Amino acid sequence: MKTKVLSAVSAVAILSATFASAEPSAEVLHYWTSGGEAKSVAVLQKEFADNGGTWTDMPVAGGGGDAAMTALRARVLSGNAPTAVQLKGPAIQEWYEEGVLADISDVAEAENWAKVLPASIADHMKCEGNWCAAPVNVHRVDWIWANADVLKANDIEMPTTWDEFNAAAEKLQAAGVIPLAHGGQAWQDATVFEAVALGILGPDGFRKAFVELDEATLTSDEMKAVFDQMRKMRGYVDENFPGRDWNLATAMVMNGEAAFQIMGDWAKGEFLAAGKAPGEDFLCASTPGDGFLYNVDSFAMFDVDGDDKKAGQQLLAKLIVGKNFQKVFNLNKGSIPARTDVALDEFDQCADLSAKDMQASSDSGALLPSYAHGMALRGAQAGAITDVVTSHFNSDMSSEDAVQQLLTAVQNSM
Amino acid sequence: MSKWLEEHLPKVVLAPSFIAVLVFVYGFIIWTAWVSLTRSKLLPKYDIEGFIQYDRLFAAPRWDVAMNNLFIFGTLFIAISMVLGLMLAILLDQNIRTEGAIRTIYLYPMALSMIVTGTAWKWILNPGLGLEATVQGWGFETFTFNWLVDPDKAIYTIVLAAIWQSSGFVMALFLAGLRSVDTEIIRAAQVDGIPTWRVYTAIIIPSMAPIFLSAFIVLAHLAIKSFDLVIALTGGGPGFATDLPATYMYAMAFSRGDIGQAASSAMIMMGVVFTIVVPYLYSELRAKND
Repeated sequence: MKTKVLSAVSAVAILSATFASAEPSAEVLHYWTSGGEAKSVAVLQKEFADNGGTWTDMPVAGGGGDAAMTALRARVLSGNAPTAVQLKGPAIQEWYEEGVLADISDVAEAENWAKVLPASIADHMKCEGNWCAAPVNVHRVDWIWANADVLKANDIEMPTTWDEFNAAAEKLQAAGVIPLAHGGQAWQDATVFEAVALGILGPDGFRKAFVELDEATLTSDEMKAVFDQMRKMRGYVDENFPGRDWNLATAMVMNGEAAFQIMGDWAKGEFLAAGKAPGEDFLCASTPGDGFLYNVDSFAMFDVDGDDKKAGQQLLAKLIVGKNFQKVFNLNKGSIPARTDVALDEFDQCADLSAKDMQASSDSGALLPSYAHGMALRGAQAGAITDVVTSHFNSDMSSEDAVQQLLTAVQNSM
Repeated sequence: MSKWLEEHLPKVVLAPSFIAVLVFVYGFIIWTAWVSLTRSKLLPKYDIEGFIQYDRLFAAPRWDVAMNNLFIFGTLFIAISMVLGLMLAILLDQNIRTEGAIRTIYLYPMALSMIVTGTAWKWILNPGLGLEATVQGWGFETFTFNWLVDPDKAIYTIVLAAIWQSSGFVMALFLAGLRSVDTEIIRAAQVDGIPTWRVYTAIIIPSMAPIFLSAFIVLAHLAIKSFDLVIALTGGGPGFATDLPATYMYAMAFSRGDIGQAASSAMIMMGVVFTIVVPYLYSELRAKND
């Protein structure tokens, strides 16, 4: 008890001491530059300024974060890291191993993060037991979106098993509707693949295969069944899919050209922006099977010199996980708050479903990191798996060959 | 003092660029070679581990695809661009009236960046938007041209776009070559009653050998470093069917945090360039020494 009080007091003392001695300032490297995302960052920027901080914005657009990572590499190598950087998943630990991340356990303990964040998400924010990053949101990846009118016209319910999905798809195909809107880019192939894999392997099998890289699971008959289903999915996609952007695929569902899309909840933003109402114009459901695949955006805190920057880092971390920012930001972004104690009154029904499922799957141990979005594995391993997935999807490779290649690719990427 | 300056001025003026080339070209080649022997991931590391990255590279099916594509793309692109460029140049050389205007039109694609060429051809070749949809719209329902979305044929669309971009430039090179052939010889041949096609095959084209060599070198290095065209036209897809070594290297270095792997692929690319350039340099230097 005594030590707890002491540590709490010292945490407060550190916080107030740094606030007193220096004006908090933070240089923030991120790649949220498109319309809705930029608006979401502006929320944080304003809150930071309201609390007396000076925010230096460092947005780097391009390549889905590749350009930002290149900028980060240059800054770290020159010994002048930004205060906070938009990083996610195992990349946080990878940077920690380079010895450049800061410890923000003081704030995390003072703000009681361990209680308000789901355990598996909290683990991503820790580097060898110390907190080193702050989570911003939770995107669910295993969503299936549908055009409500198209389903009604063809008398189809939202599928709850992959067999139901296949039956629905064949019915739609016969009716002249494209069953699955899909864009042929490697990461989109991987997104569909991991949704199928979660459904067929189940949460435990998914963890074994894509978190632990268990070789027996990677070459199991279930994994062959996953590739068999992927071969079927290939048949449900229209001919012009290669290279298509995900939002164009979403538009196909919106205007009734296609019935379903498997995509994370950023697709919801496209529907909402087009004035479509959830439940009426479009439907959202988790892809067939149990579990919840999350893609959590977060800010990693880098080791910086100077009291003002350290104070800025502490303030930033506190605000990011604060209730107000978590609510406002996620309303803008289409995701749900990472902390579980935020009231969801203003959120739509898809977000409600997402939050409910996150809680349930967190309790049952089925809350899993998305491999396709860099949450489960390091870049080299995830990339090796994606190479096999996309090469299988775009050729007539057999499922037996695919699992064999999967194994070799994973071994080769170590 | 002035005498010293006179003697050393050229060296002083050249020194900065000499040093820059030494550091930024050869220095970084050595650096890349070093990194390719390490297990560098996110940031470069300097503990040499042997040829592990090269083992990984040659075991990766994606690298195989990239090298095969380079071979297909390089051969077709260089051969067709040269043949087409030469034909255009010979046709333009027939003292036609609007030569200036036509030459400009053929040379114009060279003024576009590869990104623009790639994007335009992406739309032209897209089965749902471009050529196929248009021709089908005219009533030819059975017409198909879906190379762009066919993993086995997509690489040829890149060849097509690259030829469109570069053959005008090759034409200009050959045209200059044609014009530099001694007209006295051609007139003499004509007086002797030799047919025009024989004048070209027996006199003009053989005398343009150096132009062929420079055209080949220019096109070959364009082919090996091709990157932007692929990114704009296919993004390396469908799947990774149109990956080239340069796009492979980019993916490893910048998307996957696998710097060691990227460095090893860069070294192999450099090896390919050297196998083409070194014989050329050798023959050039030897010719001068003789």
